[in-house]
Amino acid sequence: MPPEGSVGTVSPRFARFDEPIVLKSGARLDAYQLAYETYGTLNAARSNAVLVCHALNASHHVAGVYADDPENVGWWDNLIGPGKPLDTDRFFVVGVNNIGGCHGSTGPASVDPATGRQWGADFPVVTVEDWVEAQSRLATRLGIQRFAAVMGGSLGAMQALQWTISQPQRIGHAIVIAAAPKLSTQNIAFNEVARQAITTDPDFHGGNFYSHGVVPRRGLRIARMIGHITYLSDDAMAEKFGRELREGVYKFNFDVEFQVESYLRYQADKFAERFDANTYLRITKALDYFDPAAAYGGNLSKALKQASAGFLVVSFTSDWRFSPARSREIVKSLLDNGLDASYAEIDAPHGHDAFLMEDPRYHNVIRAYFNNIAL
Amino acid sequence: MTTLDTPASLSGRSDFVAIAKWIKRDAKVLDLGCGDGTLLRYLKEARGVTGYGVEIDDTKVLACVKNRVNVLQNNLESGLTEFESNSFDYVILSQTLQAVRHTERIIRDMLRVGREAIVTFPNFGYWRHRLQILSGRMPVSGELPYEWYDTPNIHLFTIRDFENFCGTHNVRILERQVMAQGKPVNFLPNLLGSLAVYRFDEGPRA
Repeated sequence: MPPEGSVGTVSPRFARFDEPIVLKSGARLDAYQLAYETYGTLNAARSNAVLVCHALNASHHVAGVYADDPENVGWWDNLIGPGKPLDTDRFFVVGVNNIGGCHGSTGPASVDPATGRQWGADFPVVTVEDWVEAQSRLATRLGIQRFAAVMGGSLGAMQALQWTISQPQRIGHAIVIAAAPKLSTQNIAFNEVARQAITTDPDFHGGNFYSHGVVPRRGLRIARMIGHITYLSDDAMAEKFGRELREGVYKFNFDVEFQVESYLRYQADKFAERFDANTYLRITKALDYFDPAAAYGGNLSKALKQASAGFLVVSFTSDWRFSPARSREIVKSLLDNGLDASYAEIDAPHGHDAFLMEDPRYHNVIRAYFNNIAL
Repeated sequence: MTTLDTPASLSGRSDFVAIAKWIKRDAKVLDLGCGDGTLLRYLKEARGVTGYGVEIDDTKVLACVKNRVNVLQNNLESGLTEFESNSFDYVILSQTLQAVRHTERIIRDMLRVGREAIVTFPNFGYWRHRLQILSGRMPVSGELPYEWYDTPNIHLFTIRDFENFCGTHNVRILERQVMAQGKPVNFLPNLLGSLAVYRFDEGPRA
């Protein structure tokens, strides 16, 4: 029996699209597949659908568990399910793996029909705009003309924001959590270190490592460690690990000594097992490129002129990767357009990862906002 | 004296009733320190206004979201930098001016962001307050319910103080409503009124 509030056992589904998609880069995919999951029931009016967008490391597996892998709980399971803040008794929730991903949607590890080989380095660079376009096609396929809401955290929140710009008629509300309207120089710098770690790994083979039967594990591990550090606050790390030593004394060598080293190595190993290096490169690029204001002379308020959605923007005080000041930039542009918008700044200690945590102040605001969405 | 007619949803806040009477239909309103959003919700439903509340407290922010009111979790003291000049018809600050550190700055900011501003505050000059001072104690009353050691109020002032402030800061008073026990006070307001409500704008430049 799944625990109370869980959507229970779920299965991924796959939608094939044979209508070509032209990407922002100009590259074109003649056909592609999207992996997705749904929870709850689409109502007769088809008005209760909510799209949940994933960030860097996640997938379409947003809630519930798999029958053959009960340990694999959806990444936002604490927020989504019957009676949870995003209540699947009321809403029909869609999670989708983005193009370029490595969890079942067409990506660098997929076979390029033109060559019969895995895409590898030849898979195009994808953007948030491309993802939104693909998501909107999936919506159409599922019979959803308009989402009641699109929600995401971090890079997922950027997709929610992009929806209000690219598809203003097809989104009722945007729930934008731990977001930024574009990356800071420091953010891009961190991404570049992660990419360098991967591309300089001898096992990367210029992105064509599949045919060599190897994985650039060292690069992926370091990329993950760097990312992980930026998702946590200094205080959260200190609280969790302090300067604790595994064996209590210095050993004057370079083995794992501090608990934090052990944790980072464990997380890195886990990540390198399941994540595709080419996908990591492309998702960090999508982050770097995201800047909806750029086409409007850097003016985000102008970029949002066509937006008509209601907004809930949430940030976390200890998030130094996408700090509250970045969310307030988004809020300001919403105010400039007179859009319905609320902003909650949650005093949570966990850093950027707070958006994945179960904090009642945070979850109660999300719940209250969803409760007031008329269907 | 007549009692101001009180919409049920505003009961208990006589300053809200006075404010609601002044706000024009379909106006754009910014409510600073909006609490649980009661006033904004009323103005939205009864007057068709649009706008935002600003509130710092987690519980009140949540209450606003439940009340279907746009709320922004911000600290008033850090300024109203997110708001463009003249972007609202009214900026409201109810029962908060006496608790704000930078009084001049907030009034200036309200008049920058809004065409008009509305403030309400407890009148320190109310006769009961004066009596308590004469008896040697700091006043505690319905409008000033705190003891000296736990009060958030750091700038206590009277109706006359406020009007002097307006005179010296180029603030033009457009309307005033003084009250006691929810009823209007027109005679000796600085003595008989416990709560003052003002609507004002920036006076003409000399």
